[in-house]
Amino acid sequence: MNNRRSRFLSIMLISGLTFLYVPMILLVIYSFNYSKLVPVWGGWSTRWYYVLFESQDVWDAVSLSLKIALINATFATILGTLAGLAMVRFGRFRGRTLFGGMLVAPLVMPEVITGLSLLVFFISFKQLIGWPAERGFTTITIAHITFSLAYVTVIIQARLTGMGQSLEEAAADLGAKPFKVLTAITLPRLAPGMVSGWLLAFTLSLDDLVIASFVTGPGANTLPILIFSRIRLGLRPDINALATIIILFVAVCVAIAALIMFRQQRREEMDQQIAAREG
Amino acid sequence: MLGDQISTDQNATDRPWLNSDAEPLIRIRGVTKKFGEFVAVNNVDLDIHQGELFCLLGGSGCGKTTLLRMLAGFEVPTSGQILIDGNDMSDVPPYERPTNMMFQNYALFPHMSVEKNIAFGLQQDKLPKDEIEDRIHAILKLVELQDYKKRKPQQLSGGQRQRVALARALVKEPKLLLLDEPLGALDKKLREQTQFELANIQDQVGITFVVVTHDQEEAMTLSTRIAVMDKGEFIQIGSPTEIYEFPENRFVADFIGSANILEGQIVEDSADHVQVLTDIGELNIEHSQPVQKGAQVWVALRPEKIHLSAEAPSEPQPNQSKGIVEDIGYLGNSSIYKIRLESGRIIDVTAPNQIRPKSRSHGITWEDTVYLTWDPSSVMLLNK
Ligand SMILES: Nc1ncnc2c1ncn2[C@@H]1O[C@H](COP(=O)(O)OP(=O)(O)O)[C@@H](O)[C@H]1O
Ligand SMILES: [Mg+2]
Repeated sequence: MNNRRSRFLSIMLISGLTFLYVPMILLVIYSFNYSKLVPVWGGWSTRWYYVLFESQDVWDAVSLSLKIALINATFATILGTLAGLAMVRFGRFRGRTLFGGMLVAPLVMPEVITGLSLLVFFISFKQLIGWPAERGFTTITIAHITFSLAYVTVIIQARLTGMGQSLEEAAADLGAKPFKVLTAITLPRLAPGMVSGWLLAFTLSLDDLVIASFVTGPGANTLPILIFSRIRLGLRPDINALATIIILFVAVCVAIAALIMFRQQRREEMDQQIAAREG
Repeated sequence: MLGDQISTDQNATDRPWLNSDAEPLIRIRGVTKKFGEFVAVNNVDLDIHQGELFCLLGGSGCGKTTLLRMLAGFEVPTSGQILIDGNDMSDVPPYERPTNMMFQNYALFPHMSVEKNIAFGLQQDKLPKDEIEDRIHAILKLVELQDYKKRKPQQLSGGQRQRVALARALVKEPKLLLLDEPLGALDKKLREQTQFELANIQDQVGITFVVVTHDQEEAMTLSTRIAVMDKGEFIQIGSPTEIYEFPENRFVADFIGSANILEGQIVEDSADHVQVLTDIGELNIEHSQPVQKGAQVWVALRPEKIHLSAEAPSEPQPNQSKGIVEDIGYLGNSSIYKIRLESGRIIDVTAPNQIRPKSRSHGITWEDTVYLTWDPSSVMLLNK
């Protein structure tokens, strides 16, 4: 009985891991394929990496995506933090419910709807006030801020609620004016939440295909748009190379995050040990 | 009435609340706090004087913390007025009040060292650097934490955190220090030791303390005066002795210490005593308050004020009773006896174990017939 169950579990585990990782491994292997036709193995080669590095449009897409992601993450974090503070710390104010609802709307709305409505918005504004003159970097950035703001706000709200208010009250009690409380207590305590919010907004932006496709204009291709448009014409080995680089990049980021978390945990354990020795 | 009895043989400067000319440090006037429909604090009046160590004592949820938070400025009274040092606090935000608070969970800033936690309040006052350092040094010495300046709060034991929180609140030398369950998070042994330390520190710095606690023992050891609270109201305010020996009503008699509470009827009322008929027999109570003959009253008798004896008293008289030992709780230093009277009522009696028994058998044991006697002054007549 027990044996059978453990057999079942290991089969599930192996198939799970297979579906997760084998496609990626295949992708990496095929990126080193000499052949121009993806499914045909033509021997090991780094040829497609050279092709990749030499194609200007890939570099343009990478830099556009990174630029959008950076600006988006920064603005979304600032605005999301302010929105979270307003929702959790400012008590009741007029329109609070409406404000809260609008903040999280992008979380539940299908992406196509968000993208479409933003497109309609940009077009009608162009007619009304002549801005934005053309769609591209600006419109994608605004669209990304709109929806990643929602995620950041949720993270900040959760962290603020979890933190409770007593530290801020203690600071006020010791004579700190509201702005000082914000900068000396609230923001430092929120910092980890703001960092996660920033990273999430950055990733969401890099990852987004649907909304960007709606609000982009001629010539402005983000990386996902570029990859998708090329793949539509058939699998291509240089895109495999690009994907491999992205996988490597993500893996490095995850490893760094894990290391930081491990360090943090170690420090907390050591603090506890020190405290226990005192007690 | 009670005040008069006691003040005659006490130094009046120790008891500023008895001096009607003295200007109180805090005046609470008809303060009510509602959360929606729920009344957390109900129309309370209170004066607290400079130098007092005042305790708000009551069960959980009775509104102690809410009252304290109104003093600190974190909650706004729904109605009523709070004056500190003669100034109306209605429009004064917490950061401008002459009060500091020690929070229930200490609320130490986890991203700052002990030293920085304590410096925080002084920095807000824009004090010069060397004065800040001097004061941190002095306060750390007072709470005996000189060697822990650089530690983070997470690296301290519960008792040390408690002292950091106290130091951080004290270092600003407020007119009024508010402490919310200051010893609540400590274990029993440490709590008992810290009670005395806290009272000593208060004595040294001379700052007025208002302490919230649900632990009556803590309130009794610490305070100059206690306000017993229930459901957002003050039930009785007085010194520990007054509260314990002269409870005004059943709630206080029952809540503070333990008491045998009996219902009775007044059968005779003379100049200096009243005669009350109860379950345990006729009681002769010394009492100067006018009461009505035939009225239903409540009386209370503390278990330690009853004398237990195996021999019958020489002559029958009021203030004695007879019963059978139903149960004995041995506590080491004393024992609790549960005595079943002829009426079926159980009376608690505690007696100190002053003599070490020679053998395993005690003087008084289960099923023994015992006689109870008490002093007429020990019976407490309660209002309701
Ligand atoms: N901010 C609040 N909102 C609603 N109810 C509250 C709030 N603060 C306290 N209460 C209620 O008021 C009552 C008294 O609370 P509190 O003063 O904290 O009691 P305690 O005597 O235990 O310190 C409790 O029933 C509590 O639920
Ligand atoms: Mg409380």
